[in-house]
Amino acid sequence: MQFLLCGRVYPALHSVQCPVQAESCRLTGPGQTVKLPARMQDSPGSDILIRVRGLTFRRGERVIFDNVDLDFQRGRITAIMGPSGTGKTTLLKLITAQLTPDAGSVEVASRNIHALSTPELFEMRKRMGMLFQSGALLTDLTVFENVAYPLREHTQLPERMIRYLVLAKLQAVGLRGAAGLLPAQLSGGMARRVALARAIALDPMMIMYDEPFTGQDPISMGVLIKLIHTMNDNLGLTSIIVSHDVVETSSIADHIYVISDGRVMDQGSPAELERTASEWARQFLKGLPDGPVHFHYPAGDYAEDLFEN
Amino acid sequence: MEVWVGLFVAAGFAALFMLAMKVSNMSTVSSGDGYEIFARFGNIGGLNVRSPVRASGVLVGRVSKINYDSRTFEAIVTLTIENQFNQFPTDTTASIFTAGLLGEQYVSLTPGAEDAVLKQGDTIMFSDSAMVLERIIGKIVTDKLSE
Amino acid sequence: MKTEATAVSANGRLDAIANAGRRAFVFLERTGRAGLFLLRVLQSIPAVLARPGLIVQQVFSVGVLTIVIVLVAGAFVGLVLGLQGYNVLVRFNSEASLGTFVGLTLVRELGPVVTALLFAGRAGSALTAELGLMKATEQFAGLEMMAVDPYKRVLAPRMLAGFISMPLLAAIFSAVGVLAGYFIGVGLLGVDAGAYWAQMQSAVDFDEDLMTGFWKSLAFGFAATWVALFEGYDAEPTAEGVGRATTRSVVSASLLVLGLNFVLTAFLLETDT
Repeated sequence: MQFLLCGRVYPALHSVQCPVQAESCRLTGPGQTVKLPARMQDSPGSDILIRVRGLTFRRGERVIFDNVDLDFQRGRITAIMGPSGTGKTTLLKLITAQLTPDAGSVEVASRNIHALSTPELFEMRKRMGMLFQSGALLTDLTVFENVAYPLREHTQLPERMIRYLVLAKLQAVGLRGAAGLLPAQLSGGMARRVALARAIALDPMMIMYDEPFTGQDPISMGVLIKLIHTMNDNLGLTSIIVSHDVVETSSIADHIYVISDGRVMDQGSPAELERTASEWARQFLKGLPDGPVHFHYPAGDYAEDLFEN
Repeated sequence: MEVWVGLFVAAGFAALFMLAMKVSNMSTVSSGDGYEIFARFGNIGGLNVRSPVRASGVLVGRVSKINYDSRTFEAIVTLTIENQFNQFPTDTTASIFTAGLLGEQYVSLTPGAEDAVLKQGDTIMFSDSAMVLERIIGKIVTDKLSE
Repeated sequence: MKTEATAVSANGRLDAIANAGRRAFVFLERTGRAGLFLLRVLQSIPAVLARPGLIVQQVFSVGVLTIVIVLVAGAFVGLVLGLQGYNVLVRFNSEASLGTFVGLTLVRELGPVVTALLFAGRAGSALTAELGLMKATEQFAGLEMMAVDPYKRVLAPRMLAGFISMPLLAAIFSAVGVLAGYFIGVGLLGVDAGAYWAQMQSAVDFDEDLMTGFWKSLAFGFAATWVALFEGYDAEPTAEGVGRATTRSVVSASLLVLGLNFVLTAFLLETDT
């Protein structure tokens, strides 16, 4: 069977991809023509997809981010690294407007995401994939139905077309054979791969990974690293990885921001960070037990404490 | 799953229907379609709105309203009689009786002999007030004493 | 020394007052959030009516799965009412009024109230646990990131399902109870079958009793589902948080139902006269 897509003939429906700039495209299958959802026009020319300026966010008294500037380049893998509890996940929630900052702006595709109306925001989110730490799969649906969910919600594609698309996405993450399983029957790594297939179901312009490597055995870690890399290259996605796994993240990231205490401590390519001048960043990236962050929690004099009574 | 939901909803409506027809008075009272007549009583005792109206012991209607006429110092009771019982003569007597010694009170209609029948808005001319237990006992006691 | 002691106790008292004030504030804040939550759920209901499949699915998990416990409880309550009613009425030689007793008690009070309590315990706790778990596993955030409104797809269908299921469950409860009372009274204790039904029919009024029970069960279904949904959606996204929310959901829903029953009974009785 052949498919005609955006004027190009595909020998078989392996993966359906629309050119990034196309406003909409027609998917022609055997005996049926389907209009895929129109893509919003990105502002071409700018190669920075997400621009964060002066971002400040507080939780009660605690300052999570203090006047942070970040740039995420189109088509690149940018990593945000930092110790646990520095609000890396919070940053993703701010970028996707699940949270509202106290000051500063987040521009996605040249639009201030916090100034959008709800329908506009939802329209924007269809183009932003996010991979949650737990996968966030809907527990009462099968793997197949989970991946099909965004398609069923946002398109009027016929059942056959949904099947083609879902199987293609599952094939891409290597889990076509698991289509009939329930999320409870999947391992953590598999759940994340299914979630990845779901996140790319609507062919987003970008995808965010929240701690993708945490708690994975070496094999599934390797699988995830390969997947993130190939997704980025093959689909032309802009990727953001939030992680504290230094080695894995450095192996695929094009640019790394190291944040701690609400500030950007250091940034650069993995090679640049290798030679960083910041002592703090060096301690974090090399995993040294002592350095600017002390091994000991602040305490009084040891001998004094011992012989106090 | 859909079948179960269908069964559940059907069972729920069946239960509602059973409650309506078998447990409540919906099957016995056709409310609304009746004609109203009035009766005046010196004392209605414990008569209530919705108390039964009986003729020869058969339920023919219900009390639909109770008012007090402050000119004549009498109670005006509105009786709603079902349309099928439309042959009560104009000299029918309305009495308030009690079912059993302590049971509920009801209006009893005793037909007279006139040819004309009561119609919507007519007033019954003859009425017997409720028997109040204390008064009966009091009367018996005074009768005994005066003997 | 003495002044110090009074200062300490005064401090303790102040602390207690401050604590009570804080608790009251937290309570008010929660109630306010629950109100806003309800508003958003209700606003989302029109969008759900276009997707009856979602509602059917929820009526299954809310209504159908509760029916067994309602049937069993209804039968036992009916049996007890029959037995107890007979024992009391037979002293006044008026065991023929057993139907009145069983019918009125079930239709007006016990049917809606006991069903609502069972509903809060079975369906309400399940709803809270389900939603709490969805929150703990980031499913709500996941839905939002897929540009799907959880209020429209998850919460509103459940609200409607609770609203639809409760009156039906209460009706089933009352019907089973009346039949169980018949079984005990007529079948075992020898009350006349005709008298049982006739007395019941003459005492239970369609508008005043049956509809009162119906409105009550509708209100209880609404209240219990609201509490269950809010507690689940508002749960702390951890295992203990979900457990706590589930307990709180059953307790608050039960108390709300009992309180509401008092208010409604007073209100509906007042409109009668």
